[in-house]
Amino acid sequence: MLDTLIERIRAAHESHSPLIIQGGGSKTFYGNPDEGEVLSTRRLTGVVDYQPKELVLTARAGTPLAEIEALLAEQNQMLAFEPPHFVPLPNPLPLAGEGANDAPCAPKPIYATLGGSVAAGLSGPRRPYSGAARDFVLGVRIVDGTGQPLRFGGQVIKNVAGYDVSRLMVGALGTLGLITEVSLKVLPKPAAEITLQFELDEAAAILKMNQWTGQPLPLSATSWHAGLLTVRLSGAASAVQVAQARLGGEALHDAGGFWQRLRDQATPFFDKRPLWRLAVKPTTPPLNLGDAQWIEWGGAVRWLASERPAGTLRETAGTAGGHATLFRGDAPLDGVFTPLAPALATLHRALKQRFDPRGILNHGRLYPDF
Amino acid sequence: MLSPAFVSRLRSLLPPHCVLHEREDLLPFESDGLAAYRNTPDVVVLPEDEAQVAAILQLCHQNKIAVVARGAGTGLSAGAIPVDGAVLLVLAKLNRIKAIDPLARTAVVEPGVRNLAISEAVAQHNLYYAPDPSSQIACSIGGNVAENSGGVHCLKYGLTVHNILQLRAWTIDGQLLEIGNESLDAPGYDLLALLTGSEGMLAVITEVTVKLLPRPERAQVVLAAFDDVAKAGAAVGNIIAAGVIPAGLEMMDRLAIQAAEAFVHAGYPLDCEALLLCEVDGVNEEVSADIYTVRQVLEASGATEIRTAESEEQRLKFWAGRKAAFPAVGRLAPDYYCMDGTIPRGALPHVLKRISEMSAEFGLAVANVFHAGDGNLHPLILFDANQPGELARAEAFGGKILELCVEVGGTITGEHGVGLEKINQMCAQFATPELMRFHEVKAAFDPDTLLNPGKAVPELHRCAEWGAMHIHGGQLPHPELPRF
Repeated sequence: MLDTLIERIRAAHESHSPLIIQGGGSKTFYGNPDEGEVLSTRRLTGVVDYQPKELVLTARAGTPLAEIEALLAEQNQMLAFEPPHFVPLPNPLPLAGEGANDAPCAPKPIYATLGGSVAAGLSGPRRPYSGAARDFVLGVRIVDGTGQPLRFGGQVIKNVAGYDVSRLMVGALGTLGLITEVSLKVLPKPAAEITLQFELDEAAAILKMNQWTGQPLPLSATSWHAGLLTVRLSGAASAVQVAQARLGGEALHDAGGFWQRLRDQATPFFDKRPLWRLAVKPTTPPLNLGDAQWIEWGGAVRWLASERPAGTLRETAGTAGGHATLFRGDAPLDGVFTPLAPALATLHRALKQRFDPRGILNHGRLYPDF
Repeated sequence: MLSPAFVSRLRSLLPPHCVLHEREDLLPFESDGLAAYRNTPDVVVLPEDEAQVAAILQLCHQNKIAVVARGAGTGLSAGAIPVDGAVLLVLAKLNRIKAIDPLARTAVVEPGVRNLAISEAVAQHNLYYAPDPSSQIACSIGGNVAENSGGVHCLKYGLTVHNILQLRAWTIDGQLLEIGNESLDAPGYDLLALLTGSEGMLAVITEVTVKLLPRPERAQVVLAAFDDVAKAGAAVGNIIAAGVIPAGLEMMDRLAIQAAEAFVHAGYPLDCEALLLCEVDGVNEEVSADIYTVRQVLEASGATEIRTAESEEQRLKFWAGRKAAFPAVGRLAPDYYCMDGTIPRGALPHVLKRISEMSAEFGLAVANVFHAGDGNLHPLILFDANQPGELARAEAFGGKILELCVEVGGTITGEHGVGLEKINQMCAQFATPELMRFHEVKAAFDPDTLLNPGKAVPELHRCAEWGAMHIHGGQLPHPELPRF
């Protein structure tokens, strides 16, 4: 399978033909529109190695995330960055062998893959407390835009030999190479979790999120929407109980479902378009734009359903120490991501040139000009 | 050798006391923490602000003069060793803590600020900066970023790359790069990760925003003795399999234990082959639960003795032995050479056995100190530099250990960096296409190869020469490279 993909990239490089890398198709909405023939990783599957005692898992890019999570759960472990699946429940897992799903007219099932999750670099509710996708990537195998296979990083937790090209691939949206295999650090699942809710206005909720994160509390997720602050605690049962007694609030019953729906944007709020993601300094006070809003990541992400011009929202986010992304909706001309400062844009193009000199991989997906 | 004309142009950019070029002033800068590698710099500049850094870089770029950036000079891989004909750019005077934001849990610091000084400055807010390399009283944050420094607590709290948010850095042509921001991510490629650990090869850092964490409510340490290193190694895996992520998990072998005990009298048991120190931290109840689990696992793993520190004083005493391990081993021989490979933990018994065999082959003793939690091995090779040939033998032995780490699926450096020291072993770790790509990544930032030339990534002809001497299993490494 890998040889076929390498061959296709070599041929595309020769003929200057653009390719669109696609896994399970769960994040086709993300990034700028791109054009080309689809290069699918759906058949590049399988867990290559999993050593629970080493806290390391290595799998091929097309492996469904759900399959990896199920395997980890058997050993009471997890992907601590909680990558979003963006798939409506119940998750339509592919059957063994893709052919089984290829009945005439039947749409291909949509599911998140490991490679897509790493390429998109997106993380879920646990991110501020455990780390992002990039924090857990230990090594990658890629095929660059000339068809050259390359291997960076490794399968050990501490490794500073050579530039950190593995992490450079995280969030690059496939523009620097096709990710074919990833090694990740995994973590034990917490023994106990509880989710608490508090009725609080936005300003008070932002303050509480930041104050609590600065205290030795077993926090593992935070959210605020429509006057309700929701907080997850994870750890030893006794630790979670003591923290609950200290914080108060109302215990939420369907907590697992709540965080999963937030992670996967499976609530009606996230159906609104255009949907903007403003990443800001977590202590940023309420933005007061008058738009519908969902706050997570301890205040560091503000989801907005807003019709305001891209420039206004980018300026708002920039003033607040961050950046704005049009997460879902029609891309403005200069792209869905905040444009880069000239010195950084030059470096991006220089790196792209060295990994994909003919610009055939996901051209324009990250920024319209490369 | 730099021309007097160039030196005088440097002097026009900086106050007189910030340019050193007399021989006696240059000697303190001839090596970093790896003192076996020395080279006297041609000129040392010590800028006092960011504008001076930018001006120096621009001048060097115009004149195609190489620049070696240096922080506190505590590095252990000769990454900051001066290069002939280059300017040594010392950033130690940029040592201001510019801002602390306790609510957002960040600090903005200049590169010359010492690692420990950050935690000291924010202690009043009950916060700290997590990465704690053993040199943390002296090493600077700029150097930590350049090396992606770790420490004892990496398994739980990560390396430098996991604990920084923003950088201000300058390319060799004097362009400012503002990388990252005050939120948790940034648009575009992850240049923050690319620059972290880049060993001064891509850009010069003038400001770092670090993440701060709440100080753990409680820390508790358990000491366990084993009559067999393999059992101790297995115990490490068993602790992790039981769902505990220790804040620190250290292992010492017999020689290291004996040396440490003789030096600081930590109360270590002496009739054992391996010692584990397992520290857990966090909220009070979490620590109690973890200590209970850890003790059970250690017992089931065949520990001959298990002690839990019963007071803060005892906890510090347990650690004192481990923290003094390097100087303690230093008392056993005139010199020691510290290696820094990382291996999958499961390979530990095999690796220790091979190291002990090689120790006999090379006729040099080894004490092993091991960040067992994250697989980072620090074998300390004992030698006497005054005996002709011993340093070369120690280096050859060290090189073999690193190649062994690669062989078992590990890496030649877990936290000390490649620098000049491990440049040959990079040829064992990476194949030609990856090495070529590293050179191309550098070229994207520094097309004239002016920043820290000759470090971190070997030239391909070097690998060809090295490979000619290292035929393994009948196979020549890098067979595609031309050899002369």
